Amino acid sequence: MSFPVQDIRRDFPLLSQKVHGKDLIYFDNAATTQKPEVVINRMNDLLRVGNSSIHRSVNYLSDQMTRDYEAARDVVKNFIGAENSKEIIFTSGATGSINTIAFSFGEAFVSSGDEIIVSELEHHSNIVPWQMLCERKGASLKVLPMDENGELRLDLLPSLINDKTRLLSVSQVSNSMGTINPVEEIIELAHSYDVPVLVDGAQSVQHSAVDVKKMDCDFFVFSGHKIYGPTGIGVLYGKEKWLDRLPPYQGGGDMIDRVSFEKTTFNELPFKFEAGTTNYIGVIGLAESIKYINNIGFEALKEYEFFLRDYTLEALKSVPGITFYGTAKEKVAIFSFLMNQIHPYDAGLVLDKLGIAIRTGTHCTMPVMEHFGIEGTIRASLCFYNTKEEIDRFVEGLLLVQEMFT
Amino acid sequence: MSIKENQDIIVEEFSLLDEWMDKYNYLIDLGKTIPLIDPANRKEENLIRGCQSRVWLDASFEQGQIRYKADSDAIITKGIAALLIRVLDDHSPEEILQAELFFIDAIGLREHLSPTRSNGLVSMLKQMKLYALAFKTKEESQ
Repeated sequence: MSFPVQDIRRDFPLLSQKVHGKDLIYFDNAATTQKPEVVINRMNDLLRVGNSSIHRSVNYLSDQMTRDYEAARDVVKNFIGAENSKEIIFTSGATGSINTIAFSFGEAFVSSGDEIIVSELEHHSNIVPWQMLCERKGASLKVLPMDENGELRLDLLPSLINDKTRLLSVSQVSNSMGTINPVEEIIELAHSYDVPVLVDGAQSVQHSAVDVKKMDCDFFVFSGHKIYGPTGIGVLYGKEKWLDRLPPYQGGGDMIDRVSFEKTTFNELPFKFEAGTTNYIGVIGLAESIKYINNIGFEALKEYEFFLRDYTLEALKSVPGITFYGTAKEKVAIFSFLMNQIHPYDAGLVLDKLGIAIRTGTHCTMPVMEHFGIEGTIRASLCFYNTKEEIDRFVEGLLLVQEMFT
Repeated sequence: MSIKENQDIIVEEFSLLDEWMDKYNYLIDLGKTIPLIDPANRKEENLIRGCQSRVWLDASFEQGQIRYKADSDAIITKGIAALLIRVLDDHSPEEILQAELFFIDAIGLREHLSPTRSNGLVSMLKQMKLYALAFKTKEESQ
């Protein structure tokens, strides 16, 4: 394995610290990822000498910031392979993006008796906005089940779609189990019934190249902070033909064309959906993180992450009494598991003292936990700055947990 | 023994434990001494739901003193619940309502009683005081 992981680790200042006197092992990357120095420096510079509100003023700084902001839009456009920059809308995060569509699409196309489909393995952020929409409109939510491995039951999808189905929303990668869903197949099937599809890419864009045109999804969303960028920034991609037909989500500055007390007309895409002063420094930070990933290249990144995934799986299998939740054939390096009767919270407390950051609980996927009849899991989520040695120390930590609690 | 004296003893016990692992091992042992809630009372009304771990709490009023029983599905949480009971159990509602709990800070377990931990312990403490308030009100109205 020739992946230069030690060089890469030096790009992430946070990783070199000690926690409780131990070298930090950060295995909570599905919750949020750490930031490379280039992102930190770029945002720092902008705050120090670049700050000025975009799209508003004639002054030099504002002009410069507006250019950088729109250049960032192009970076995102190219990153996910969108047709044009108008289809890229900046939001507060994947959750913000889904809420935008749940509202705007709902206003335009959903009425009483209609149906929306989500899958059983979705993050709460891809369930609750649709439930709220259904509540508002008198529509109902249908659920595509998963099997015991945490793989979606595609065979059941045709029986869920009918002439009342207005939209299907599904994640590309499960945040609690790491399952890679066959979104292209799902989209093809949904489209054969003229049902548009939203793909939640919050857990996928950081692991492999996305091409929204090839995938043919109608909407695609992701968060900046899960792809080594800043928090509070997200992306909503939508096919122009859809976005043009949707009403704005929020009203305010920047999204208007003309305002009078009699009638307000709205700005065109993408500004129609960017009300208020956007998080422009976050947007430029996000572009910087995407450039960083592009420099490494997904081919090398993916190969190394799959190596880590396989190594982790083998290492964890050696832990006595371990039960995995989510054993899909196609998955990223996210592992949810329990050991004997040990409560995940107890395990998490001890691992924390060993400097190992993992997540315990339901991971915002209570229906997944319910499916397996458990209260929660221990989740380790790895990415390209993690190492084989960290995995070994993690396994040692788990053995200590077992010793203490059994 | 007063609530303050109970706390002083716990602080002294923990002062002998330097390492986090000794503290956790001690909490694991303490969890085994908790006045365990009757299985029949391990029900929804007595459940304090944290996002991370769950706590069940029940209280009774005997000769002017409150008696607590509890349980948790997580062992460390159970150990800290046992400490809370050891400090507050068998005191009058008035004493419990006025009690200032300093021992958690003093033994270095403050993070376990932070609202963001969501392990049910903050709510458990609140519930213990609410029981005291309820028993006090009931007592005064008789």
